[in-house]
Amino acid sequence: MKKISTLDDLKSAGDKGMKSLFPRGVKIVVGMATSGIASGADKVYEALQSAIKKRKLPFTLTKTGSMGMDFIEPLVEVIEKDKPRVAYGKMTADKVPQLIGQIVKGAIDKIKPIYRVDEEDIIAKREKKHYLTGIVPEYLQDIPTMYEVPFYKKQVKIATRNCGIIDPESIEEYIARGGYLSLHKALTAMSAEGIIEDVIKSGLRGRGGGGFPTGTKWQSCRRAHGDIKYVICNGDEGDPGAYMDRSVMEGDPHSVIEGMIIGAYAVGAQEGYIYVRNEYPLAVANLTKAIADARSSCLLGKNILGTSFNFDIKISKGAGAFVCGESTALMASLEGKAGEPRAKYIHTVEHGLWDRPTNLNNVETWANVPVIISRGGKWFSEIGVPHSTGTKVFSLVGKINNIGLVEVPMGIPLKDIVYDIGGGIPGGKKFKAVQTGGPSGGCIPATMMNLSVDFDALWEAGSMMGSGGMIVMDEKTCMVDLARYFIEFLVSESCGKCTPCREGVRRMNDILHDICAGKGKVGDVEMLEAMAIGIKDGSLCALGGSAPNPVLSTIKYFRAEYDAHIKQKRCPAAVCRALIKYEISAKKCTGCTVCAKKCPSACISGVKKKAHKIDQTKCIKCGICMESCKFNAITVK
Amino acid sequence: MKKAKVEAKTKEIVKKHGRDKTSLIAILQDIQEEYNYLPKEALCAVGEQLEIPISRVYEVATFYNSFSLIPRGRYLVEVCAGTACHVQGAFNLMDRLQRDLEIKRGETTPDNMFTLEEVRCLGCCSLAPVVRIDGNIHPYLTQDGIPKILRNYKTGVTK
Amino acid sequence: MVNFIIDGKKIKAEKGTMVLEAARSNGIDIPTLCAHESVSRSGACRLCVVEAKKGKRAKIVTSCLYPVEEGIIIETNNERVMNVRRLVLQLLLARCPESDVIQDLAKQLGVDPQPRFTPDGDKGKCILCRSCIRVCEEVVGVSAIGFSCRGADKAIGTPFSEDSAVCIGCGACAFICPTGHIEMETTEETRKIWGRTFKMKSCAVCGRYFAPEDQLKYISKKTGVPMKELAVCTNCR
Repeated sequence: MKKISTLDDLKSAGDKGMKSLFPRGVKIVVGMATSGIASGADKVYEALQSAIKKRKLPFTLTKTGSMGMDFIEPLVEVIEKDKPRVAYGKMTADKVPQLIGQIVKGAIDKIKPIYRVDEEDIIAKREKKHYLTGIVPEYLQDIPTMYEVPFYKKQVKIATRNCGIIDPESIEEYIARGGYLSLHKALTAMSAEGIIEDVIKSGLRGRGGGGFPTGTKWQSCRRAHGDIKYVICNGDEGDPGAYMDRSVMEGDPHSVIEGMIIGAYAVGAQEGYIYVRNEYPLAVANLTKAIADARSSCLLGKNILGTSFNFDIKISKGAGAFVCGESTALMASLEGKAGEPRAKYIHTVEHGLWDRPTNLNNVETWANVPVIISRGGKWFSEIGVPHSTGTKVFSLVGKINNIGLVEVPMGIPLKDIVYDIGGGIPGGKKFKAVQTGGPSGGCIPATMMNLSVDFDALWEAGSMMGSGGMIVMDEKTCMVDLARYFIEFLVSESCGKCTPCREGVRRMNDILHDICAGKGKVGDVEMLEAMAIGIKDGSLCALGGSAPNPVLSTIKYFRAEYDAHIKQKRCPAAVCRALIKYEISAKKCTGCTVCAKKCPSACISGVKKKAHKIDQTKCIKCGICMESCKFNAITVK
Repeated sequence: MKKAKVEAKTKEIVKKHGRDKTSLIAILQDIQEEYNYLPKEALCAVGEQLEIPISRVYEVATFYNSFSLIPRGRYLVEVCAGTACHVQGAFNLMDRLQRDLEIKRGETTPDNMFTLEEVRCLGCCSLAPVVRIDGNIHPYLTQDGIPKILRNYKTGVTK
Repeated sequence: MVNFIIDGKKIKAEKGTMVLEAARSNGIDIPTLCAHESVSRSGACRLCVVEAKKGKRAKIVTSCLYPVEEGIIIETNNERVMNVRRLVLQLLLARCPESDVIQDLAKQLGVDPQPRFTPDGDKGKCILCRSCIRVCEEVVGVSAIGFSCRGADKAIGTPFSEDSAVCIGCGACAFICPTGHIEMETTEETRKIWGRTFKMKSCAVCGRYFAPEDQLKYISKKTGVPMKELAVCTNCR
């Protein structure tokens, strides 16, 4: 790889990247992030590869990360000189020959695009780049542009600016979109203090959950005594239902690396670590390649960009412990120990990794840094709302139509995310609540849909921003079961160090299990509330300190459901097995016998073509009968 | 498994990591990768090589979820327990797998074919509920779809 | 010197002193189970929590780990503090129903067992305070015992629950254990601990059995004092 030590070097690398982003011929790009591959993008890629080869077409085929539209993956985009970039969703290997045919013909036949992109904002460079020159070709005129698609309309992409656009393995494409220009600016035109000042001005707060002001943290670390300092990127994204950081690490690894180099320069660190969750092999692979490329381009290592600044990054893989998302536990894990947190009365910016000043930020926080440096703190602070500036990436999942990753300005009303971006609830079901903040967060009920999504408003509502998981629930979700689910998660993830978390959360779990099993007692809810206060106050780290949140917020907003379980021994959402009953409607049952054949406990009996019956004493309530009935004859209550 | 062989392999792995004490977790990950579990002989050898008390090695090996001290089956069956999968009924899949494989969560079938585990969110929430078997994601899985998938792995027709 | 207030009393202490020590040396008692002067602290038991007020913010802190600060106001037994302490004790009573130490402490603080918690039967008297592990590592220097697993399954013991080859039978872990969980049986000639039986050495002068042979061998190896000299008990030396 060519060494990059001057602005001209960066420009020529960027030009090379531009040529591959805006090719002369035809380029086909497949979204190959984990979510894409899981839905079959690898097979689509293979099919494209062999079709191109077979027809001897002069097409280029590349991979990219995730655009965030998980609900229509696998996603394939076609870029042709002077024409809009065109996206095709739900691709399969079978559709590939047809798609190739359409491209060759320059027309749309059976495979309809979902959007086109005429021009694109390059946010880190403050410029627009045009795919389309002249007018939109006739066959694409009916296709909405990406910015008209409801899913994208309200999004603002800063942290995920390059995801799904660049080839994550190409440093040139990253540079073409403004990458490493901020680093150049920081190292050659800014002082460390100036950088910190700009980050403070931006109002950027930690995206990992705590929401601590990033610039202030940097400042404390810079001021801390010690010749050796570290920066850490927390990529141990453990909240169930949250995968924003994975997407950035997979789709745009250089943005994290560039952010870390700038941060290291600002705080005076020489070494950095990226701690990645064990379950993210592709993120590790792409980060490894990116680090190697940055190193051989002289953007990492000794004399970065020809200056006297030295800094290098190592990757460390987690080994499966949710608690390692907590900074002191993560540092213990980096030191090769069990991931137990310690009391933070002495801050990690002063005594962190190996007892040295350490600045830790999460993936999304780091990815924001280069844009802040290039566009200025003031620009960033004008996005979002006061005290919660910029954007936040959320993984919008659960009972929602448009499942995927979204990046929205802070302060957006919750309903805009659920209805406009998310497209509402599938199957005509009633929207019930949104869970944010993972196991440390809480539920926001449907009645509070106008809530501004920012750090403080979520906190006041009894939830928290967390790392960005947003799980949508409908009327078929039992809130008591959900609280039990999170508490059970925390029981198995508690490190076991301190009494309130290890013992207290386990006892809360016992009580919640009792309630779900119909063995709840009057007074249990009050008991849970009282325990919650003690556990929150008494726990050593944030895992225990926030563990009761899912219980407290569900009690706060869905107390009636708890009472139904405890007093009437009824689960209103029909989820808790001990309290539900599957029944066959004699009127609707056609006697097709499918359910009887599928029932694993052989508890459905009846004569062919006559209504069947469920033996309640033998029923294990797996629900397979209801899943398999084509006549909606089976109900659960 | 021969003790000497395990020890030699472990030595090689430790050497690759520069005999660095702080690389303990990475070393254990490599050993697990090699044997599909952490053999006791290997853990003892790691302790000796790195000059870390065996009690500390054991502490780390049992603390983290991804390590197993007992041999795992040929195929690791992981039911995603992410929130999105949970609200889509992943618990029913776990129950069905427990019944069909006749083992409990965390156990391995007597023929050493399958080990059944729960995994904390695979981040494929748009495909919920999912089960990962031998690294392959099985999306939108239903209880009904399980027998055929297991049969395919048993007979070698994967994916 | 740092000036601050504990329970309404004006107190001065050296910078770096922990709130627990500052309180105790001024006659204010704070209950603890896991803080022991011979080993480093972990803040695991959470009995020693107090409320620390700085300006408008009041938070619960661990007094054994919280260094005193200028102008801070500490309350050691207000309702908020007692609420945590009560919960911790109730949880420990349910974990270790056989422990008289915990029962006595609960009685002292007027805490009754919580009937909603089903008592455990498998945890013995261990509260996982880690004093034993720390004494074995920091004072004795052999690290024969450690933790296994995490969360509710966390336990103290020898690796693989097998006889430890490095244990010297010194019994420091049993001595330091605040609840008497670690069983040690010493007869004249033998000592049994962690499943291993150690041979005791008798004093070359008085003939009294005074220490496990392995322990003397370990001391000899570490200090260079010949075994011959160590063969005499401290009384006869």
